[in-house]
Amino acid sequence: MSMAAAGPVRVGLEQSWWQRHGATAVVWLLRLGLLAAILVLWQVAADRWIDSTFTSKPSEIVGRLGDWSADGTLWTNTWVTVQEIVYGFALGAAAGAIAGFGLASLTLVYRVLDPFMMALYSIPKVALAPLFIVWFGIGMHMKVLLAAATVFFLVFLNTAAGVREVDRGLIDAVRLMGGTRRDIARKVVLPASMTGLLTGLKVAIPYALIGAVIGELVASNRGLGYLINDSAAQFDTAGVFAALVVLSVIAGVLNIFVGVIGRRVNRWKPAD
Amino acid sequence: MNGSVPSRGDHARSGRRVLAANAVTKQFAKDGAAIVALDQLTVSIAEGSFVTVLGRSGCGKSTLLNLLAGLVPPTTGEIHYRDRVLTGPDTGIGYLTQTDTLMPWRDVRRNIELPLEIRGLPAARRREIARDLVERVGLGGFEKHYPRELSGGMRRRASLARMLAGSPETLLMDEPFGALDAQLRTELQQDLLALWQGTGQTVVFVTHDIDEALLLGDRVVVLGPLGRILLDREIGLARPRSADALRTDPAFVALHRELSAALRQGR
Repeated sequence: MSMAAAGPVRVGLEQSWWQRHGATAVVWLLRLGLLAAILVLWQVAADRWIDSTFTSKPSEIVGRLGDWSADGTLWTNTWVTVQEIVYGFALGAAAGAIAGFGLASLTLVYRVLDPFMMALYSIPKVALAPLFIVWFGIGMHMKVLLAAATVFFLVFLNTAAGVREVDRGLIDAVRLMGGTRRDIARKVVLPASMTGLLTGLKVAIPYALIGAVIGELVASNRGLGYLINDSAAQFDTAGVFAALVVLSVIAGVLNIFVGVIGRRVNRWKPAD
Repeated sequence: MNGSVPSRGDHARSGRRVLAANAVTKQFAKDGAAIVALDQLTVSIAEGSFVTVLGRSGCGKSTLLNLLAGLVPPTTGEIHYRDRVLTGPDTGIGYLTQTDTLMPWRDVRRNIELPLEIRGLPAARRREIARDLVERVGLGGFEKHYPRELSGGMRRRASLARMLAGSPETLLMDEPFGALDAQLRTELQQDLLALWQGTGQTVVFVTHDIDEALLLGDRVVVLGPLGRILLDREIGLARPRSADALRTDPAFVALHRELSAALRQGR
Protein backbone atom coordinates (compact mmCIF):
# COMPACT_ATOMS: atom_id res chain seq x y z
CA MET A 1 0.00 0.00 0.00
CA SER A 2 2.18 2.78 -1.20
CA MET A 3 -0.19 5.00 -3.15
CA ALA A 4 -0.53 8.56 -1.96
CA ALA A 5 -3.73 9.21 -0.06
CA ALA A 6 -6.15 11.44 -1.93
CA GLY A 7 -6.86 14.58 0.03
CA PRO A 8 -6.20 18.28 0.51
CA VAL A 9 -2.91 19.63 -0.80
CA ARG A 10 -1.10 22.73 0.42
CA VAL A 11 0.09 25.27 -2.18
CA GLY A 12 1.69 28.70 -1.86
CA LEU A 13 -0.47 31.75 -2.45
CA GLU A 14 0.70 35.01 -4.06
CA GLN A 15 -1.05 38.00 -2.45
CA SER A 16 -0.24 41.66 -2.20
CA TRP A 17 -0.18 43.50 1.16
CA TRP A 18 -3.54 45.06 0.35
CA GLN A 19 -5.17 41.69 -0.46
CA ARG A 20 -3.88 40.26 2.78
CA HIS A 21 -4.56 43.11 5.18
CA GLY A 22 -6.78 45.53 3.28
CA ALA A 23 -10.06 44.64 5.00
CA THR A 24 -8.48 44.74 8.47
CA ALA A 25 -6.85 48.11 7.78
CA VAL A 26 -10.17 49.61 6.65
CA VAL A 27 -11.94 48.33 9.78
CA TRP A 28 -9.26 49.82 12.03
CA LEU A 29 -9.31 53.16 10.24
CA LEU A 30 -13.08 53.34 10.58
CA ARG A 31 -12.84 52.47 14.29
CA LEU A 32 -10.33 55.25 14.89
CA GLY A 33 -12.47 57.65 12.84
CA LEU A 34 -15.58 56.79 14.88
CA LEU A 35 -13.74 57.30 18.17
CA ALA A 36 -12.33 60.65 17.00
CA ALA A 37 -15.77 61.81 15.80
CA ILE A 38 -17.38 60.97 19.14
CA LEU A 39 -14.64 62.76 21.10
CA VAL A 40 -14.82 65.87 18.90
CA LEU A 41 -18.62 65.98 19.07
CA TRP A 42 -18.49 65.57 22.85
CA GLN A 43 -15.90 68.33 23.22
CA VAL A 44 -17.84 70.71 20.95
CA ALA A 45 -21.23 69.96 22.53
CA ALA A 46 -20.04 70.38 26.11
CA ASP A 47 -20.97 73.83 27.53
CA ARG A 48 -22.44 74.77 24.13
CA TRP A 49 -25.54 72.54 24.02
CA ILE A 50 -25.23 70.55 27.23
CA ASP A 51 -24.06 71.32 30.76
CA SER A 52 -20.53 69.96 31.26
CA THR A 53 -21.20 69.62 35.00
CA PHE A 54 -23.04 66.44 34.09
CA THR A 55 -21.12 65.16 31.08
CA SER A 56 -17.67 66.67 31.64
CA LYS A 57 -15.63 66.85 28.41
CA PRO A 58 -12.70 64.94 26.87
CA SER A 59 -10.14 67.72 27.53
CA GLU A 60 -11.04 67.81 31.23
CA ILE A 61 -10.92 64.00 31.48
CA VAL A 62 -7.47 63.93 29.87
CA GLY A 63 -6.40 66.69 32.24
CA ARG A 64 -7.68 64.73 35.25
CA LEU A 65 -5.86 61.59 34.08
CA GLY A 66 -2.67 63.71 33.79
CA ASP A 67 -3.08 65.07 37.34
CA TRP A 68 -3.80 61.63 38.82
CA SER A 69 -0.90 60.15 36.94
CA ALA A 70 1.43 62.87 38.25
CA ASP A 71 0.41 62.52 41.91
CA GLY A 72 0.31 58.70 41.78
CA THR A 73 -3.43 58.35 42.53
CA LEU A 74 -3.97 56.63 39.18
CA TRP A 75 -1.22 54.03 39.60
CA THR A 76 -1.89 52.98 43.19
CA ASN A 77 -5.63 52.59 42.65
CA THR A 78 -5.27 50.84 39.29
CA TRP A 79 -2.73 48.47 40.79
CA VAL A 80 -5.14 47.58 43.62
CA THR A 81 -7.95 46.80 41.16
CA VAL A 82 -5.70 44.82 38.82
CA GLN A 83 -4.46 42.72 41.73
CA GLU A 84 -8.02 42.01 42.83
CA ILE A 85 -8.97 40.94 39.30
CA VAL A 86 -5.93 38.70 38.83
CA TYR A 87 -6.08 37.01 42.25
CA GLY A 88 -9.86 36.65 42.05
CA PHE A 89 -9.66 35.16 38.58
CA ALA A 90 -6.82 32.77 39.45
CA LEU A 91 -8.50 31.57 42.63
CA GLY A 92 -11.95 31.15 41.10
CA ALA A 93 -10.65 29.53 37.90
CA ALA A 94 -8.43 27.03 39.72
CA ALA A 95 -11.19 26.04 42.15
CA GLY A 96 -13.78 25.90 39.36
CA ALA A 97 -11.61 23.76 37.08
CA ILE A 98 -10.67 21.27 39.80
CA ALA A 99 -14.23 21.04 41.14
CA GLY A 100 -15.69 20.78 37.65
CA PHE A 101 -13.35 18.02 36.57
CA GLY A 102 -13.60 16.11 39.85
CA LEU A 103 -17.34 16.33 40.42
CA ALA A 104 -18.44 15.74 36.82
CA SER A 105 -16.40 12.51 36.73
CA LEU A 106 -18.47 11.20 39.65
CA THR A 107 -21.88 10.87 38.02
CA LEU A 108 -23.92 10.27 41.17
CA VAL A 109 -22.31 13.10 43.15
CA TYR A 110 -22.79 15.46 40.22
CA ARG A 111 -26.45 14.58 39.85
CA VAL A 112 -27.01 15.19 43.56
CA LEU A 113 -25.16 18.51 43.59
CA ASP A 114 -26.33 19.89 40.25
CA PRO A 115 -29.49 21.76 41.43
CA PHE A 116 -27.62 23.25 44.41
CA MET A 117 -24.84 24.51 42.15
CA MET A 118 -27.36 26.03 39.75
CA ALA A 119 -29.15 27.75 42.65
CA LEU A 120 -25.90 29.22 43.96
CA TYR A 121 -24.87 30.23 40.45
CA SER A 122 -28.16 32.08 39.97
CA ILE A 123 -27.66 34.32 43.00
CA PRO A 124 -26.52 37.77 41.79
CA LYS A 125 -23.02 37.97 43.21
CA VAL A 126 -23.49 41.59 44.24
CA ALA A 127 -26.05 40.29 46.76
CA LEU A 128 -23.21 38.43 48.45
CA ALA A 129 -21.18 41.61 49.00
CA PRO A 130 -22.72 42.59 52.37
CA LEU A 131 -22.15 39.07 53.68
CA PHE A 132 -18.56 39.08 52.41
CA ILE A 133 -17.98 42.41 54.20
CA VAL A 134 -19.17 40.83 57.45
CA TRP A 135 -16.90 37.84 56.90
CA PHE A 136 -13.78 39.36 55.39
CA GLY A 137 -13.94 43.10 56.13
CA ILE A 138 -13.67 45.84 53.53
CA GLY A 139 -10.07 45.10 52.51
CA MET A 140 -8.79 43.47 49.34
CA HIS A 141 -9.79 39.95 50.47
CA MET A 142 -13.45 40.81 50.12
CA LYS A 143 -13.05 41.95 46.48
CA VAL A 144 -10.81 39.04 45.54
CA LEU A 145 -13.34 36.57 46.94
CA LEU A 146 -16.28 38.34 45.32
CA ALA A 147 -14.53 38.16 41.93
CA ALA A 148 -13.52 34.54 42.61
CA ALA A 149 -17.10 33.55 43.50
CA THR A 150 -18.35 34.78 40.12
CA VAL A 151 -15.48 33.21 38.18
CA PHE A 152 -15.78 29.91 40.06
CA PHE A 153 -19.30 29.12 38.87
CA LEU A 154 -18.66 30.05 35.25
CA VAL A 155 -15.52 27.91 35.06
CA PHE A 156 -17.09 25.10 37.09
CA LEU A 157 -20.23 24.82 34.98
CA ASN A 158 -18.38 24.98 31.65
CA THR A 159 -15.71 22.47 32.71
CA ALA A 160 -18.35 20.09 34.08
CA ALA A 161 -20.33 20.36 30.84
CA GLY A 162 -17.13 19.60 28.89
CA VAL A 163 -16.45 16.51 31.00
CA ARG A 164 -20.02 15.25 30.72
CA GLU A 165 -20.21 15.74 26.96
CA VAL A 166 -17.14 13.65 26.17
CA ASP A 167 -17.78 11.46 23.12
CA ARG A 168 -18.56 7.93 24.34
CA GLY A 169 -16.79 6.56 21.25
CA LEU A 170 -13.48 8.11 22.31
CA ILE A 171 -13.74 6.53 25.77
CA ASP A 172 -14.51 3.14 24.20
CA ALA A 173 -11.52 3.56 21.87
CA VAL A 174 -9.20 3.87 24.87
CA ARG A 175 -10.92 0.96 26.64
CA LEU A 176 -10.24 -1.15 23.54
CA MET A 177 -6.56 -0.26 23.76
CA GLY A 178 -6.53 -1.74 27.25
CA GLY A 179 -6.72 1.66 28.94
CA THR A 180 -7.53 1.88 32.66
CA ARG A 181 -9.89 4.42 34.25
CA ARG A 182 -6.83 6.57 34.84
CA ASP A 183 -5.87 6.41 31.16
CA ILE A 184 -9.41 7.41 30.21
CA ALA A 185 -9.32 10.38 32.59
CA ARG A 186 -5.88 11.55 31.39
CA LYS A 187 -6.00 10.79 27.68
CA VAL A 188 -9.65 11.46 26.90
CA VAL A 189 -11.67 13.27 29.55
CA LEU A 190 -9.01 15.83 30.49
CA PRO A 191 -8.16 16.97 26.95
CA ALA A 192 -11.82 16.76 25.84
CA SER A 193 -12.93 18.97 28.73
CA MET A 194 -10.26 21.56 27.81
CA THR A 195 -12.68 23.17 25.35
CA GLY A 196 -15.23 23.58 28.13
CA LEU A 197 -12.60 24.83 30.57
CA LEU A 198 -11.21 27.37 28.09
CA THR A 199 -14.73 28.54 27.22
CA GLY A 200 -15.34 28.99 30.95
CA LEU A 201 -12.10 30.97 31.37
CA LYS A 202 -13.01 33.08 28.38
CA VAL A 203 -16.47 34.09 29.60
CA ALA A 204 -15.23 34.50 33.19
CA ILE A 205 -12.53 37.12 32.45
CA PRO A 206 -14.88 40.13 32.26
CA TYR A 207 -16.75 38.87 35.32
CA ALA A 208 -13.56 38.99 37.38
CA LEU A 209 -13.40 42.71 36.55
CA ILE A 210 -17.09 43.17 37.36
CA GLY A 211 -16.76 41.31 40.68
CA ALA A 212 -13.75 43.34 41.79
CA VAL A 213 -15.25 46.72 40.84
CA ILE A 214 -18.63 45.94 42.41
CA GLY A 215 -16.83 45.00 45.61
CA GLU A 216 -15.04 48.35 45.53
CA LEU A 217 -18.24 50.26 44.81
CA VAL A 218 -20.00 48.64 47.78
CA ALA A 219 -17.29 49.35 50.33
CA SER A 220 -13.66 50.38 49.93
CA ASN A 221 -11.06 53.05 50.41
CA ARG A 222 -8.83 52.11 47.47
CA GLY A 223 -9.19 50.98 43.85
CA LEU A 224 -10.87 52.29 40.70
CA GLY A 225 -14.34 51.56 42.07
CA TYR A 226 -13.48 53.74 45.06
CA LEU A 227 -12.26 56.51 42.73
CA ILE A 228 -15.59 56.43 40.88
CA ASN A 229 -17.61 56.57 44.11
CA ASP A 230 -15.40 59.28 45.62
CA SER A 231 -15.47 61.48 42.48
CA ALA A 232 -19.24 61.12 42.08
CA ALA A 233 -19.78 62.07 45.72
CA GLN A 234 -17.93 65.36 45.03
CA PHE A 235 -19.89 65.86 41.79
CA ASP A 236 -16.58 65.50 39.93
CA THR A 237 -17.81 63.97 36.65
CA ALA A 238 -14.39 64.33 35.01
CA GLY A 239 -12.99 62.09 37.77
CA VAL A 240 -15.75 59.49 37.22
CA PHE A 241 -15.09 59.42 33.50
CA ALA A 242 -11.32 59.26 34.02
CA ALA A 243 -11.74 56.16 36.21
CA LEU A 244 -14.11 54.64 33.62
CA VAL A 245 -11.51 55.21 30.89
CA VAL A 246 -8.93 53.31 32.93
CA LEU A 247 -11.44 50.49 33.53
CA SER A 248 -12.17 50.20 29.81
CA VAL A 249 -8.44 50.05 29.06
CA ILE A 250 -8.12 47.18 31.57
CA ALA A 251 -11.16 45.50 29.99
CA GLY A 252 -9.56 45.92 26.55
CA VAL A 253 -6.34 44.26 27.69
CA LEU A 254 -8.33 41.41 29.27
CA ASN A 255 -10.25 40.99 26.02
CA ILE A 256 -6.97 40.44 24.20
CA PHE A 257 -6.38 37.48 26.55
CA VAL A 258 -9.90 36.27 25.76
CA GLY A 259 -9.05 36.41 22.05
CA VAL A 260 -5.85 34.42 22.56
CA ILE A 261 -7.72 31.78 24.55
CA GLY A 262 -10.47 31.68 21.94
CA ARG A 263 -7.99 30.90 19.19
CA ARG A 264 -6.43 28.15 21.30
CA VAL A 265 -9.91 26.65 21.87
CA ASN A 266 -10.69 26.54 18.18
CA ARG A 267 -7.44 25.03 17.01
CA TRP A 268 -8.53 21.42 16.76
CA LYS A 269 -12.27 21.87 16.89
CA PRO A 270 -14.15 20.11 14.08
CA ALA A 271 -14.62 22.42 11.11
CA ASP A 272 -18.42 22.07 10.92
CA MET B 1 -11.97 -21.65 -11.07
CA ASN B 2 -14.70 -23.42 -9.18
CA GLY B 3 -12.54 -26.44 -8.54
CA SER B 4 -9.43 -24.59 -7.36
CA VAL B 5 -9.21 -24.40 -3.59
CA PRO B 6 -7.56 -21.16 -2.43
CA SER B 7 -4.83 -21.67 0.11
CA ARG B 8 -6.20 -18.94 2.36
CA GLY B 9 -9.63 -20.57 2.67
CA ASP B 10 -7.96 -23.90 3.32
CA HIS B 11 -6.01 -22.41 6.17
CA ALA B 12 -9.14 -20.81 7.56
CA ARG B 13 -10.95 -24.12 7.61
CA SER B 14 -8.12 -25.79 9.43
CA GLY B 15 -7.59 -22.89 11.88
CA ARG B 16 -8.79 -23.35 15.42
CA ARG B 17 -11.59 -21.32 16.92
CA VAL B 18 -10.35 -17.95 18.16
CA LEU B 19 -13.55 -16.01 18.79
CA ALA B 20 -17.04 -17.34 19.33
CA ALA B 21 -20.48 -16.21 20.37
CA ASN B 22 -22.34 -18.90 22.28
CA ALA B 23 -26.13 -18.45 22.25
CA VAL B 24 -25.84 -14.71 22.94
CA THR B 25 -28.89 -12.53 23.39
CA LYS B 26 -28.65 -8.79 23.73
CA GLN B 27 -31.47 -6.59 24.98
CA PHE B 28 -31.49 -2.87 25.61
CA ALA B 29 -33.83 -1.42 28.21
CA LYS B 30 -35.81 1.53 26.93
CA ASP B 31 -38.81 3.23 28.54
CA GLY B 32 -39.59 0.21 30.66
CA ALA B 33 -39.48 -2.21 27.71
CA ALA B 34 -36.65 -4.37 26.43
CA ILE B 35 -35.53 -3.92 22.83
CA VAL B 36 -34.09 -7.18 21.54
CA ALA B 37 -31.15 -6.64 19.19
CA LEU B 38 -29.80 -10.18 19.02
CA ASP B 39 -31.56 -13.40 19.88
CA GLN B 40 -29.69 -16.64 20.62
CA LEU B 41 -26.90 -16.10 18.11
CA THR B 42 -24.18 -18.70 17.88
CA VAL B 43 -21.21 -18.20 15.57
CA SER B 44 -17.59 -19.18 15.69
CA ILE B 45 -14.60 -17.59 13.95
CA ALA B 46 -11.56 -19.63 12.93
CA GLU B 47 -8.05 -18.32 13.50
CA GLY B 48 -6.50 -16.52 10.53
CA SER B 49 -9.74 -16.34 8.53
CA PHE B 50 -11.37 -13.31 6.99
CA VAL B 51 -15.07 -13.51 7.82
CA THR B 52 -17.54 -11.01 6.41
CA VAL B 53 -20.85 -10.51 8.17
CA LEU B 54 -23.51 -9.35 5.75
CA GLY B 55 -26.84 -7.91 6.78
CA ARG B 56 -29.31 -5.10 6.33
CA SER B 57 -29.39 -2.09 8.61
CA GLY B 58 -30.77 -2.91 12.03
CA CYS B 59 -30.11 -6.65 11.94
CA GLY B 60 -27.78 -6.42 14.92
CA LYS B 61 -24.45 -6.47 13.06
CA SER B 62 -22.96 -3.62 15.08
CA THR B 63 -24.32 -5.06 18.33
CA LEU B 64 -22.62 -8.35 17.48
CA LEU B 65 -19.27 -6.59 16.97
CA ASN B 66 -19.66 -4.60 20.20
CA LEU B 67 -20.20 -7.90 22.00
CA LEU B 68 -17.25 -9.59 20.27
CA ALA B 69 -15.07 -6.61 21.19
CA GLY B 70 -16.05 -6.93 24.84
CA LEU B 71 -17.36 -3.38 24.93
CA VAL B 72 -20.80 -4.44 26.12
CA PRO B 73 -21.74 -7.65 27.96
CA PRO B 74 -24.38 -9.95 26.46
CA THR B 75 -27.69 -10.18 28.31
CA THR B 76 -27.47 -13.97 28.20
CA GLY B 77 -24.95 -16.32 26.62
CA GLU B 78 -21.17 -15.98 26.44
CA ILE B 79 -18.44 -14.64 24.19
CA HIS B 80 -15.35 -16.82 24.07
CA TYR B 81 -11.98 -15.44 23.13
CA ARG B 82 -9.34 -18.12 22.79
CA ASP B 83 -9.71 -20.31 25.88
CA ARG B 84 -11.66 -17.99 28.10
CA VAL B 85 -14.88 -16.09 28.48
CA LEU B 86 -14.56 -12.46 27.36
CA THR B 87 -15.66 -10.05 30.11
CA GLY B 88 -14.19 -6.80 28.80
CA PRO B 89 -12.05 -5.33 26.01
CA ASP B 90 -8.90 -7.27 25.21
CA THR B 91 -5.77 -5.78 23.63
CA GLY B 92 -5.60 -8.86 21.39
CA ILE B 93 -8.76 -7.63 19.67
CA GLY B 94 -8.69 -4.47 17.55
CA TYR B 95 -11.94 -2.73 16.63
CA LEU B 96 -12.41 -0.29 13.78
CA THR B 97 -15.76 1.35 14.40
CA GLN B 98 -18.15 2.82 11.87
CA THR B 99 -17.52 6.40 13.00
CA ASP B 100 -14.10 7.93 13.53
CA THR B 101 -12.88 7.86 17.10
CA LEU B 102 -9.57 9.63 16.50
CA MET B 103 -8.75 12.06 19.30
CA PRO B 104 -9.42 15.46 17.68
CA TRP B 105 -6.73 17.15 19.81
CA ARG B 106 -3.98 14.79 18.66
CA ASP B 107 -2.34 14.93 15.26
CA VAL B 108 -2.10 11.79 13.11
CA ARG B 109 1.20 10.61 14.55
CA ARG B 110 0.15 11.03 18.17
CA ASN B 111 -3.18 9.34 17.47
CA ILE B 112 -1.37 6.33 16.08
CA GLU B 113 0.94 6.34 19.09
CA LEU B 114 -1.93 6.28 21.59
CA PRO B 115 -2.25 2.49 22.00
CA LEU B 116 1.54 2.29 22.40
CA GLU B 117 1.47 5.06 24.99
CA ILE B 118 -1.14 3.18 26.99
CA ARG B 119 1.00 0.05 26.75
CA GLY B 120 3.88 2.10 28.19
CA LEU B 121 6.35 1.95 25.28
CA PRO B 122 9.22 4.46 25.34
CA ALA B 123 8.78 7.53 23.13
CA ALA B 124 11.52 6.63 20.62
CA ARG B 125 10.06 3.16 20.00
CA ARG B 126 6.54 4.62 19.66
CA ARG B 127 7.69 7.11 17.09
CA GLU B 128 9.46 4.42 15.09
CA ILE B 129 6.35 2.21 14.96
CA ALA B 130 4.09 5.16 14.12
CA ARG B 131 6.39 6.31 11.30
CA ASP B 132 6.33 2.84 9.78
CA LEU B 133 2.53 2.59 10.03
CA VAL B 134 1.98 6.05 8.55
CA GLU B 135 3.87 4.90 5.47
CA ARG B 136 2.10 1.54 5.30
CA VAL B 137 -1.37 3.09 5.27
CA GLY B 138 -0.31 5.76 2.76
CA LEU B 139 -0.44 8.82 5.01
CA GLY B 140 3.20 9.88 4.52
CA GLY B 141 3.53 13.67 4.91
CA PHE B 142 0.34 14.03 6.96
CA GLU B 143 1.76 13.08 10.38
CA LYS B 144 1.33 16.58 11.73
CA HIS B 145 -2.28 17.04 10.57
CA TYR B 146 -5.17 17.07 12.98
CA PRO B 147 -8.15 14.80 12.15
CA ARG B 148 -10.30 17.79 11.15
CA GLU B 149 -7.73 18.70 8.53
CA LEU B 150 -7.99 15.27 6.84
CA SER B 151 -10.49 13.96 4.31
CA GLY B 152 -12.83 11.11 5.28
CA GLY B 153 -10.67 8.51 3.54
CA MET B 154 -7.51 9.75 5.25
CA ARG B 155 -9.20 9.63 8.63
CA ARG B 156 -10.12 5.99 7.93
CA ARG B 157 -6.48 5.27 7.09
CA ALA B 158 -5.36 6.94 10.30
CA SER B 159 -7.92 4.90 12.30
CA LEU B 160 -6.70 1.73 10.62
CA ALA B 161 -3.09 2.61 11.45
CA ARG B 162 -4.02 3.29 15.07
CA MET B 163 -5.73 -0.07 15.36
CA LEU B 164 -2.74 -1.84 13.79
CA ALA B 165 -0.37 -0.03 16.16
CA GLY B 166 -1.81 -2.09 19.00
CA SER B 167 -0.75 -5.20 16.96
CA PRO B 168 -4.00 -7.08 17.61
CA GLU B 169 -4.35 -10.69 16.43
CA THR B 170 -8.04 -10.29 15.75
CA LEU B 171 -9.53 -7.34 13.88
CA LEU B 172 -13.18 -6.35 14.07
CA MET B 173 -14.40 -3.87 11.46
CA ASP B 174 -17.84 -2.31 11.41
CA GLU B 175 -18.65 -1.01 7.90
CA PRO B 176 -15.33 0.82 8.00
CA PHE B 177 -15.64 2.20 4.47
CA GLY B 178 -19.40 2.76 4.46
CA ALA B 179 -19.23 6.55 4.44
CA LEU B 180 -16.74 6.82 1.57
CA ASP B 181 -17.37 7.26 -2.14
CA ALA B 182 -17.25 4.12 -4.33
CA GLN B 183 -13.81 4.81 -5.83
CA LEU B 184 -12.18 5.42 -2.48
CA ARG B 185 -13.91 2.38 -1.00
CA THR B 186 -12.44 0.11 -3.69
CA GLU B 187 -9.02 1.62 -3.09
CA LEU B 188 -9.19 1.09 0.67
CA GLN B 189 -10.54 -2.46 0.26
CA GLN B 190 -7.51 -3.35 -1.88
CA ASP B 191 -5.20 -1.67 0.63
CA LEU B 192 -6.80 -3.56 3.50
CA LEU B 193 -6.33 -6.90 1.72
CA ALA B 194 -2.71 -6.03 0.96
CA LEU B 195 -2.10 -5.14 4.61
CA TRP B 196 -3.84 -8.26 5.92
CA GLN B 197 -2.45 -10.87 3.50
CA GLY B 198 0.17 -13.01 5.14
CA THR B 199 -0.19 -11.54 8.63
CA GLY B 200 -2.24 -14.47 9.96
CA GLN B 201 -4.62 -12.03 11.60
CA THR B 202 -8.26 -12.98 12.02
CA VAL B 203 -10.75 -10.47 10.61
CA VAL B 204 -14.47 -10.07 11.23
CA PHE B 205 -15.74 -7.50 8.75
CA VAL B 206 -19.32 -6.24 8.95
CA THR B 207 -20.93 -4.78 5.83
CA HIS B 208 -24.27 -4.31 4.12
CA ASP B 209 -22.66 -4.46 0.67
CA ILE B 210 -22.72 -7.85 -1.08
CA ASP B 211 -19.80 -6.98 -3.40
CA GLU B 212 -17.67 -5.96 -0.46
CA ALA B 213 -18.55 -9.14 1.46
CA LEU B 214 -17.51 -11.29 -1.51
CA LEU B 215 -14.41 -9.33 -2.44
CA LEU B 216 -12.92 -9.52 1.05
CA GLY B 217 -14.13 -12.65 2.80
CA ASP B 218 -13.02 -16.27 3.06
CA ARG B 219 -16.40 -16.92 4.56
CA VAL B 220 -19.59 -14.92 4.62
CA VAL B 221 -22.24 -15.03 7.32
CA VAL B 222 -25.59 -13.49 6.32
CA LEU B 223 -27.58 -12.14 9.25
CA GLY B 224 -31.32 -11.61 9.26
CA PRO B 225 -33.51 -9.82 11.81
CA LEU B 226 -32.44 -10.34 15.47
CA GLY B 227 -29.17 -11.83 14.26
CA ARG B 228 -30.71 -14.98 12.81
CA ILE B 229 -28.12 -16.64 10.55
CA LEU B 230 -29.64 -16.93 7.08
CA LEU B 231 -26.59 -18.30 5.32
CA ASP B 232 -23.07 -19.25 6.36
CA ARG B 233 -20.73 -20.39 3.62
CA GLU B 234 -17.13 -20.38 2.44
CA ILE B 235 -16.16 -18.13 -0.45
CA GLY B 236 -13.98 -20.18 -2.74
CA LEU B 237 -12.70 -17.28 -4.85
CA ALA B 238 -8.96 -17.28 -5.47
CA ARG B 239 -6.78 -14.56 -3.97
CA PRO B 240 -5.54 -11.99 -4.75
CA ARG B 241 -8.95 -10.75 -5.85
CA SER B 242 -9.59 -7.68 -7.92
CA ALA B 243 -12.92 -5.90 -7.90
CA ASP B 244 -12.89 -5.43 -11.69
CA ALA B 245 -11.99 -9.03 -12.58
CA LEU B 246 -14.49 -10.46 -10.10
CA ARG B 247 -17.49 -8.73 -11.59
CA THR B 248 -17.39 -10.95 -14.67
CA ASP B 249 -16.35 -14.14 -12.85
CA PRO B 250 -19.24 -16.67 -13.10
CA ALA B 251 -18.49 -18.00 -9.60
CA PHE B 252 -18.76 -14.48 -8.20
CA VAL B 253 -22.01 -13.84 -10.07
CA ALA B 254 -23.51 -17.08 -8.73
CA LEU B 255 -22.44 -16.24 -5.15
CA HIS B 256 -23.82 -12.73 -5.53
CA ARG B 257 -27.19 -14.17 -6.56
CA GLU B 258 -27.16 -16.59 -3.64
CA LEU B 259 -26.41 -13.90 -1.06
CA SER B 260 -28.91 -11.53 -2.57
CA ALA B 261 -31.60 -14.23 -2.32
CA ALA B 262 -30.62 -14.96 1.28
CA LEU B 263 -30.95 -11.28 2.20
CA ARG B 264 -34.38 -11.09 0.57
CA GLN B 265 -35.54 -14.22 2.34
CA GLY B 266 -34.77 -12.63 5.68
CA ARG B 267 -37.05 -9.71 5.12
